[in-house]
Amino acid sequence: MIDLEIPRKLRPLAELAAAVADGYFRPISRKYDRAEHDYPKELDMLQAAFGGLQGKEQMQGAGAGASSKREPRDESEVVNGANMSTCLGITELSRGDVGLLLTMPGQGLGNAAIAAVADEDQRRRFGGKWAAMAITEPGAGSDSAAIRTTARRDGDEWVLNGEKIYVTCGQRADLIVVWASIDPGAGRAAIKSFVVEQGTPGMEIVRLDHKMGIRASDTAVIAFTDCRIPRKNLLGSEEIASASKGFAGVMRTFDNTRPMVAAMAVGVARAALERLAELLAEAGVKPRYGGSLHSGSQLGSELVRMEAELEASRLLMLEAAWMADNRKPNSVQASMSKAKAARVGNELTLRAVELAGAAGYGEDELLEKWARDSKILDIFEGTQQIQMLIIARRILGKRSSELK
Amino acid sequence: MSNPVIRGGLRLLNAFAASGLAEEYGVEDRAKELVSRATSLGIDLMGRVGRRPRDDSKPQGPKRRFDLTPTESQDLLRSTLRRFALEVLRPEAEKADVAMRPPADVLDMAADLGLTELFVPEEYGGAAEERSPVTTALIAEALGYGDMGLGAALLAPASVAHLVLDHGDEAQKEALCARLLGDGFVPAAAALLEPRIGFDPRKPKTKAKRDGGGYRLQGEKVMVPLGETAELFVVSAQLGGDARLFVVDRGLEGVEITPQPTMGLRAANLCKVELRGVRVGKDALLGAGLEAPTDHQRVVDLGRVAWGALAVGQCEAVLDYVKEYCNDRIAFGEPISHRQAVAFLVADIAIETEAMRLLVWRAAARAERGLPMTQHAHLAAVQCARYAPKIGTDGVQLLGGAGFVREHPVERWYRHLRAMGIMEGGLSA
Repeated sequence: MIDLEIPRKLRPLAELAAAVADGYFRPISRKYDRAEHDYPKELDMLQAAFGGLQGKEQMQGAGAGASSKREPRDESEVVNGANMSTCLGITELSRGDVGLLLTMPGQGLGNAAIAAVADEDQRRRFGGKWAAMAITEPGAGSDSAAIRTTARRDGDEWVLNGEKIYVTCGQRADLIVVWASIDPGAGRAAIKSFVVEQGTPGMEIVRLDHKMGIRASDTAVIAFTDCRIPRKNLLGSEEIASASKGFAGVMRTFDNTRPMVAAMAVGVARAALERLAELLAEAGVKPRYGGSLHSGSQLGSELVRMEAELEASRLLMLEAAWMADNRKPNSVQASMSKAKAARVGNELTLRAVELAGAAGYGEDELLEKWARDSKILDIFEGTQQIQMLIIARRILGKRSSELK
Repeated sequence: MSNPVIRGGLRLLNAFAASGLAEEYGVEDRAKELVSRATSLGIDLMGRVGRRPRDDSKPQGPKRRFDLTPTESQDLLRSTLRRFALEVLRPEAEKADVAMRPPADVLDMAADLGLTELFVPEEYGGAAEERSPVTTALIAEALGYGDMGLGAALLAPASVAHLVLDHGDEAQKEALCARLLGDGFVPAAAALLEPRIGFDPRKPKTKAKRDGGGYRLQGEKVMVPLGETAELFVVSAQLGGDARLFVVDRGLEGVEITPQPTMGLRAANLCKVELRGVRVGKDALLGAGLEAPTDHQRVVDLGRVAWGALAVGQCEAVLDYVKEYCNDRIAFGEPISHRQAVAFLVADIAIETEAMRLLVWRAAARAERGLPMTQHAHLAAVQCARYAPKIGTDGVQLLGGAGFVREHPVERWYRHLRAMGIMEGGLSA
């Protein structure tokens, strides 16, 4: 039965996340925007708070919610599960500060990868640890199949060589999930993910990048030089399966994580829109609903148009998360939600800076920060252009060799 | 919005963590454990508080979940009407557009299908199990997939039924539903829009004055579907300070009807309806026997749901049409869909159509649950008014010269989709 309201059982969680956003993130938001590369130690305590929720299958964090515990019992049952609750929590927390959310201990994207494919032994060894994700290289960004980092088997060990960049939380995380090829001649089927413990000899944090936004989150360049890790740190199978199979498995993680990035964009955009609405209200401008679509003040109408865009993004995000919870294939919807929400997030936050005038541009307000933070959301986990390629290929029925 | 206890606690926690005191006193782990347990308890408590105080005055409906699955009967209706849209409306649409009226045999077929009955509950002679704005939206979407102009024509009498059922008194519901469900297709239409820039549908300038036992109506309505054939109209007019709805028979003295050629929706036979001192009886006022005056905002909100749903259906038609065209059309030795400039535009149509659909569905579902929906319907209308015309434009552009000639339906859809955001009233859900 069609209904697009948030169910009652998920509301307390969203309220808690909202309380964290307002009471915990916002007060330290500017502090860690300025103190780039300082670890926000306030987050340790917060992580403990969220630890209290882990057993409740309601919120698994930014990435680790990827594996839903609650599955539909039969075809007719509809579930509002981990993907939706995680997205709702992320929206609220990102309304507080997406940079801080991204550096929450234990909430890394690597956790999503581990949750998706780890075996029992790996779950036990890596559970409860904070895992970052290392995919991008200087020569391979969107084209992640072109990575050149290698993993060579040597007895009971893998030997890693290569360089990874843009590793979110690369310095702070306990574990790094590294994409590497076990046979550079075998194409993308040979790309596997490996878990490297922080501090393993041969792994070196080369430097931290300075960024436009999400400065609270560290972004590392990591070099691997004959870095030896146990053989059983490979996630998934050692077999080089058919070209599509192994890689497709890795890509499937994105079906769960892209709606989460959409949720981040929705959260940041909402922060900007809410603040803009407050500032405009002080100036006597209010949005109006129910009357003509083509009258009213220019600013008031624009506020309503921005809200419509935000709600459009939010509903697409909820649709993608709902499909994931109900085991419906959602690659297209996941990409749609990310493409739309990230685009809107960027447009809305920038427009809010403009419309708020000097207040929007100055550091007394957080508006300018959100406009900087939001840009990354249209880049990581697949750029706007990559999302459009995925959607277009799928709906037009094209292979990647045809629609390039 | 959030629990003040948790909020206050978090502020304290923040100060405590930043101070480094926990670390200094060696109680960091202990502190973390406490915090962990406190939040675990807190969320249990909030869950329980959220659940417990049940308001017995409100009926406890089925368990509510976010869900995008139509019911079985909705699904059946939708697929049946979509077939009707594709096999009957699509081939007839061009002729109807030129003739500026829906073809008689299409109307007969709609009557045979029992289109208006679908919306009227059994107790008033219809076939609906219950009234459902969501079902209406799904049906409008299906018809819009065929052709938005014909869809508007076919839904016009049903929209009158909706207005009567929402705002009429018992006697009016019985009498008017019986009339609308008479033999064959009974043309009828809502006449709400007036020819003014920035027209607010809640504040019509058409006036109703008490006159003896009845009313006298004076004003001008435009873009009224099926104007040339409608047996009756539901007209909005200002009575005292309130917007009210009146049932006006076409034969009454002072009712003047003039066809009004428009850019699109020509199959809907849009007309100007002038009311020159038209005298109606006292039972012509919808809800005459009710104490509360008409909630005119609801008239506006549900009108937006219906128009939005039609537009969503039409946008999906554009999407499917350009997909096929761009895959078939060869240029420079390969399908034009192999170019990103083309393919990304198609992807954008898909994204925005889906977003519009979700906004319309949400407004409809809120109406169905009796939740406030004015803001939601407004946002849906704003988004549809922005993107539906864009999709019309992009559709033509993707076909290039073929988009501009009438051999393909896309130029007609371009003209139809411009109506979104202009056509306040005329339809209802």
